[in-house]
Amino acid sequence: MGFLTAIAWIAAVIAVSAGLAWCFRAVAVAALPQTMAKAMRTAPLTASFGLLIILLYIFAAVFADVIAPFPERAVVGAEYLPREGLDGQFILGTDNLGRDMFSRLIYGARNTVGIAIATTALAFLIGSVLGLLAATVGGWLDQVLSRAVDVLMAIPALIFSLLLLTIFGTSITTLILVIAVIDSTRVFRLARAVAQGIVVMDYIEAAKLRGEGLWRLITREILPNAMAPLVAEFGLRFCFVFLSISALSFLGLGIQPPTADWGSMVRDNATLITFGDITPLLPAGAIALLTVAVNFVVDWMLHRASGLKE
Amino acid sequence: MTQNEKSVLLEMRGVRIEGRSDETWSEIVKGVDLTLHRGEVLGLIGESGAGKSTLGLAAMGFTRDGCRISGGSIAFDGIDLLDASEATRRDLRGKRIAYVAQSAAASFNPAHRLIDQYCEGPVQHGVMGRSEAEHDAVELYRKMRLPDPDGIGFRYPHQVSGGQLQRAMTAMAMACRPDLIIFDEPTTALDVTTQIEVLAAIRDIVDQFDTAAIYITHDLAVVAQMADRIKVLLKGEEVEEAETGRMLSAPQEAYTKSLWAVRSHARPEQPLPPVTETPVVSVRGVTAAYGKVPVLHEVTFDIHRRRTVAVVGESGSGKSTTARVITGLLPPLAGEVLFEGQALPADYRQRNKDQLRQAQMIYQMADTALNPKHRIREIIGRPVEFYLGLRGKALTERIRELLRLIELEPDNFIDRLPSELSGGQKQRIGIARALAAEPRFIICDEVTSALDQLVAEGILKLLDRLQAEFDLAYMFITHDLATVRAIADEVVVMKDGKVVEKGAKGEMFTPPHHPYTELLLSSVPEMDPDWLTDLLAERAAGRAGGRMTPAGH
Repeated sequence: MGFLTAIAWIAAVIAVSAGLAWCFRAVAVAALPQTMAKAMRTAPLTASFGLLIILLYIFAAVFADVIAPFPERAVVGAEYLPREGLDGQFILGTDNLGRDMFSRLIYGARNTVGIAIATTALAFLIGSVLGLLAATVGGWLDQVLSRAVDVLMAIPALIFSLLLLTIFGTSITTLILVIAVIDSTRVFRLARAVAQGIVVMDYIEAAKLRGEGLWRLITREILPNAMAPLVAEFGLRFCFVFLSISALSFLGLGIQPPTADWGSMVRDNATLITFGDITPLLPAGAIALLTVAVNFVVDWMLHRASGLKE
Repeated sequence: MTQNEKSVLLEMRGVRIEGRSDETWSEIVKGVDLTLHRGEVLGLIGESGAGKSTLGLAAMGFTRDGCRISGGSIAFDGIDLLDASEATRRDLRGKRIAYVAQSAAASFNPAHRLIDQYCEGPVQHGVMGRSEAEHDAVELYRKMRLPDPDGIGFRYPHQVSGGQLQRAMTAMAMACRPDLIIFDEPTTALDVTTQIEVLAAIRDIVDQFDTAAIYITHDLAVVAQMADRIKVLLKGEEVEEAETGRMLSAPQEAYTKSLWAVRSHARPEQPLPPVTETPVVSVRGVTAAYGKVPVLHEVTFDIHRRRTVAVVGESGSGKSTTARVITGLLPPLAGEVLFEGQALPADYRQRNKDQLRQAQMIYQMADTALNPKHRIREIIGRPVEFYLGLRGKALTERIRELLRLIELEPDNFIDRLPSELSGGQKQRIGIARALAAEPRFIICDEVTSALDQLVAEGILKLLDRLQAEFDLAYMFITHDLATVRAIADEVVVMKDGKVVEKGAKGEMFTPPHHPYTELLLSSVPEMDPDWLTDLLAERAAGRAGGRMTPAGH
């Protein structure tokens, strides 16, 4: 009986998500300007579901102060109150210090997602600029950059970031810088590989013969043609950054308390699992949902970029 | 010809094929009838997009991805290919119907030896065993006049030349002794000198085994050599069909006549420039190499104002490398390039803006020469802005003027992306980009070789007109002597990185020739259906370039 109920629940969740995604797509097609609406109309349900979830997260992050019933750091009740405890005052109960779980989840969206976006953006800035530069200039610059990246990539990313964070301390700035530098090596490789295919094209030769400078060559001639794979990679990289921040927080080296963060929230409340309480799974679920949503959208963009018809 | 007495092999009635683009189906082939008798060769000609290849593939009951056969009937030797099961069709393909693709280099699997790929078909279809098939392969390689027939099968595709690969592929198609072979532009990617070998080999083998063939091409002179009958296609519809002799001598339709007429365009002879005039570009004793591989030896020639110098030769002769030296992409080991008497710095990075502006380049593949993410406005506008410093309204006005010069309607084209243009239109944009810099000298690198004859004709006429209007000097790189006849004033013939002959066009086309020039000239297919037969007989007798070994050996 329990098994059947579980199946029924899963089916219901999928059906509701599909319905929501369909509604969202219909609304988006109607509301967006023509060119974007056309792209939206051909989007699969998974992609529109992903977009919907991402928009919800952004909404939660931006309007956290308005939505959250309690402040981020205030102790508002007893420790480990159950869900709907004390006349439904705390929707998801309280954590190990008696702070409201629901409020902290919403603030967590702001902190964790915000830091992840900043880190990914920085990683892309460093990685793609250097990668395009290496491919365009070639020669010794390419050799130096590529070998340096090889060395960085030879060290396991998590261990390396643990090491660097222990050396430089665990402020948010160092966290962002360390993860961005480590992740930019992956972006560098992709950007260089894509650009190498582009720099041999005749239009690049034409631009060089025209006497265009290096900066214009990279930004105006090469970058627009390398955008599709880079954007797709941005989505994937975002998930990885997100997961590594959460992992680091769980290990105690990421975002420091009392700042609300999904990774450390899992750790703080981990003991509840032994009592059959699902509270620690909620922030983990929030991470998982966003990761799935971003990947849905990335899949769709990859599909569009590859130009496959069916 | 006694074709009509032989039994019908392939019968297509009202065949319609649709292709999918952007969620809608549009017709590519619009109800074409085709009848082919046993042992007969039918030539299918038309420009690109006419549906030749699609129709050729349909003869095997096959369509490319995103296409479907929406109507009509296709019967091969009494078997209805459209009703037949996939298994029946699969059994026919390779065994009774074979296909030879345009680019043998792209169609062979680079990881397997030629003979392994040869044996795959016969063994798969159970026609013969492996050792028997290998033996048979050597036999056919010999018949295709491949060098070293016993050993060539054990090489990998990259170890043999393009012409040899194309012949090996024809041998492979012959493996099961099919009743029908479809040749899809088998010689388009080859040089004229190599083309002869392949054409002769194909014709022989088709004759010997009495195989029927559909020969798809856009080259009329080639089809005249190969086909018993010719069918002309235009935009998926049949224009006319007749026996080769009658089709060549008395075409009925206006479109066919226009195709025939292209070859007659020729530029009038101009007197040689006075010796005292400083040439616009002068290449002096240039020797160049890629790394340690020498490619150019002591190349010397001049290009004068308002004149077109055609640089001719087969691939690998150093034509394009000469262009790279002139533009400064490849600094020479020795020699120099003078521009109006002044030596140009060897490396383009050391040239100043004005030196760069004076020499422009138009590329062979307009597809890769235009940045796919830039709109026409930016492609043409950038050189104007960069070299001449025009901005805002003046810039837009200049772009519109350039578009009018290349005969494209400005309002219609200025905001398009290259992907929204046809091949000929893209090449026109390439020309406009070169013109935008207001140069004195333009290098045209095989600018018409990727285009259909009618479109190419338009481009050549445009280049002619622009030359007169703006006093331009052209260096025209090509391997097509018909193009040379149409546009050149002077000709430079290159082979193995050396200039073997140069002079005014008139001299080049009248004997006596350098043996290599003679080989090139005699290899250009002519519209006369007996041309290939006569040429081969002549060469066997030791004349017409017989003293030179054609490339591909």
